[in-house]
This record gives sequence, C-alpha cells and structure tokens, in this order.
Amino acid sequence: MWAFIHKLGSPKWFYAISARLQPWFWVAAAVLILVGSAWGLAFAPADYQQGNSFRIIYVHVPAAFLAQSIFVSMAVAGFIFMVWKIKIADMAAAMMAPLGAAMTFVALFSGAVWGVPTWGTWWMWDARLTSMLILLFLYFGVIALRGAFSSRDSASRAASVLAMVGVINIPIIKYSVDWWYTLHQPATFSVTSRPAMPVEMWAPLLIMVLGFYCFFIALTLMRTRSEILRREASKHWVRELAGEVK
Amino acid sequence: MPLFREPEGGAGVAIRATLKRDLVLLMRRRSEVLNPLVFFALVITLFPIGISPDPELLAIIAPGLLWVAALLAALLSLDSLFRSDYDDGSLEQLLLSPQPLPALALAKVAVHWLLTGLPLALMAPLLGIMLSLPAGSYVVLALSLALGSASLSLIGAIGAALTVGLSRGGVLLSLLVLPLYIPVLIFGAGAVQAAILGDGVSAHLAILGALLAMALSLAPWAIAASLRISING
Repeated sequence: MWAFIHKLGSPKWFYAISARLQPWFWVAAAVLILVGSAWGLAFAPADYQQGNSFRIIYVHVPAAFLAQSIFVSMAVAGFIFMVWKIKIADMAAAMMAPLGAAMTFVALFSGAVWGVPTWGTWWMWDARLTSMLILLFLYFGVIALRGAFSSRDSASRAASVLAMVGVINIPIIKYSVDWWYTLHQPATFSVTSRPAMPVEMWAPLLIMVLGFYCFFIALTLMRTRSEILRREASKHWVRELAGEVK
Repeated sequence: MPLFREPEGGAGVAIRATLKRDLVLLMRRRSEVLNPLVFFALVITLFPIGISPDPELLAIIAPGLLWVAALLAALLSLDSLFRSDYDDGSLEQLLLSPQPLPALALAKVAVHWLLTGLPLALMAPLLGIMLSLPAGSYVVLALSLALGSASLSLIGAIGAALTVGLSRGGVLLSLLVLPLYIPVLIFGAGAVQAAILGDGVSAHLAILGALLAMALSLAPWAIAASLRISING
C-alpha cells in the first residue's frame, strides 16, 4: 500500500499510471454528461412551480458541488505537499485551481440566469450566491498568490498554506452568511424551501453530478501530466520521451 | 561550566522583549499609528458627501459603514506589520531564535492590535456621532470593534506574512485577506444593528469572541509557517 503511494508520488510513475486511467474517466464523463443532460433537459418532467426553467439545476448544482469539492481537494493536496513534500500533489493543486474558479463562475452565472425567471432579477444577495461569490474571491486569491512568487517552491508552499486557511474558513463563511441572510429576511420567493424532488428529477441530476466529477478528474489528470512534463523537462526520462536522448 | 547557556526564562522573556521592542518602534513612528485612524475618519467623511447628509438615511447605514471603514483601515495597516522587520533583517533573526516562532508572531500581532484595532474601536463612537448613529449602540460599537479587530489582526497577519517577501504585495494582500474578514464583519456589524433594534447583543459578541478564540489558537501557526516561506523563498 505505502509502496504504491510512494510510486504514485514519483512523477514518472504518475505519468505512466495516469496515462492508463485518463481515457476511462474521459469516456465516463462524456457518457454520463450526455445521458444526464439528455434525460434532464428533454425527458424529466417540468417543475409544477417553475416550469421548464428549473432545468438549469442540471448545470447549476453539479457546478456548485465541484466548486466546493475542488477547493477542498486543493487544500488536501496542499496539506499532502506541505507534510510529505510530494510534488505531484502540488502540481495537481496548481492545475485544479483555475478549474475550480471556472466552476464557481459557472455556478454563479447559472444561478444568476436562474434568478431571472424565479426572482425576476439577475442578482439577489441570496445566501448561497453570496457564499459562492466569496468562494470565487478565495480562488482568485490562491491563484494570484501562486502567480506572485518568482520562486516556484515558495509559490507552492504559500498557495498550500492559503488553501488550508481558506478551507478552514469556508464553513465559517458559509454559516455566517446563512445567519446574515436569515437576519435580513427578504420578502421574496426562495428556492431554498423546494419540495422533495421526485425520482425522475433527481436521477438525471445525480448522473450529471457524477459526470462532472469524472470530467474534473480526467481534466486534472490531463493537466497534471502536462505540468509534469513542463516541470521535469530537464529530467532524463522526459527527454527520452521527447526523443532528445536515446 | 557550559560555554553556552540558554538565557534565563526562555520563551517568556523573548515574548516580553518582542512586545517591548515593537511597542517602542511603533511609538517612535507615530505616523504609522495615526495614518489608519486618519484614513478611518476620511472614509467616513466621504459617505455623507457621496450619498446624502440626511441624518435619517445615515443612521440606517451607519453600523455597516463604520464597520467596513474600520475594517479597511485595519487592512491598510497590515502591510507594515512585518515589512520593516523584513527589510532590515530582524525578521530573519526572529526566525533563527530558539524560541517558538508562533508565540513571537502572536506578540507582534498583539502590538499591532493594541496600536491599530484598539484605537480604531475607541475612535468609532466619535465618528458614530457624525453619522448620527442611534443612541444605545455606542458601547456595543466600540466593544464589537475591539473584539473583532483582534481577529482581523490575526487573520490579516497570515496574509501579511505570506506577502511580505513580495515587492508589491499591497493589493494582493487585500485580495487574500478580505474574503476571510467577512464572518467578522457580519457579526460585528450585526451586533451594532442588534443594539439599535434593542435585541440582545450577547449572541453576536459571543460569536465574535468564538471567532477570536479560534483565530488565536490557529492563526499563530499559520503566520509562523507563512513567515518561514517568505524568508526561505
């Protein structure tokens, strides 16, 4: 078990193993997202209250799930990098950050679009939208901090510390924003108290969520592989791969 | 007879020495202490000019305004927290000392709060009068700011430690730190709001205290780790 983890920690091994795993995740992501979106957008019954506009949930919720999970995975990767000095963990964290920010943006944007038919406005200081917005700023902070250092090692360690600080703060921010929102009760229809969904509605949602996760894993593997090649460009095995040395 | 002896008292002496040194240094650079206060007053002056001098309108937004302005003033002072020590190399000596770095960092943050957060909290009621803040909330305003700004100093010090090695860390520092300030702002401004409405403020103040307890127990380690990254990088 430990030997396997140690092997996985070596860029060369990771490069080889991920090459075998990657296609499976791509196929799974494509199949799940295609099935989920076809089912969700065309076959699932319309919501009795919101009509067809509720179908945006099939993009909004998976994106919001990913936005939060990616930050947590980034912090976990940062922790692994800080404690065991496993470089792969840092490369993966660096590659996840822009995807996480993008997913947060997708969740915010789809939330805003969803707001037009339900709230009648593009933006409401709704508790979930507000926490998502703050999460986006946290992502920007991590990405900007990593970019600000000229030495890669400092950048990696600083970004890891900030990701860990951020992940401790995310639940605090979430609960305080919820509190703040309930304190300033707005007199509008809230999506929060949605009645329980029937199976035909949440089954495609589940498929979409799984599809998004597979997409995230596949994309992270792919990006980490190219990052390995970039960072290890002077190593013998990479140059061998590139055909520079025999 | 050992050739080399640890100084008597160990960490306690080191913490006291750091406290004293930082206090003396800051008292000799008064402008650094005064600037955030002037900034606070200036920002508060901008709002009646920019929005409306109507006392009723100002009274509604006063709690939030005072809190946001104080928060920005505290943020502004963060960059200098480790900057001069970094420039003259004394931060490196702090890292090399055998005493625990988190404790020494905590001493530095305590001085920062004493000369930034506390004066801001004491000054806020004065500016509250200018914004016609409703009576009965002045003590709560000062109390919530005193409690909250200690958390702000601790959280902000993490950001300051992360960016001290960068030549232009100012804007980046605010990008890193402001999202983390939001819970403190919510409960701080909430406390003042509750005092105006006549609700109990103890819940808000208790949560501000809980946030401070958490920041006190976790932030020193994060600050120490960040300082090591900034120095060794």
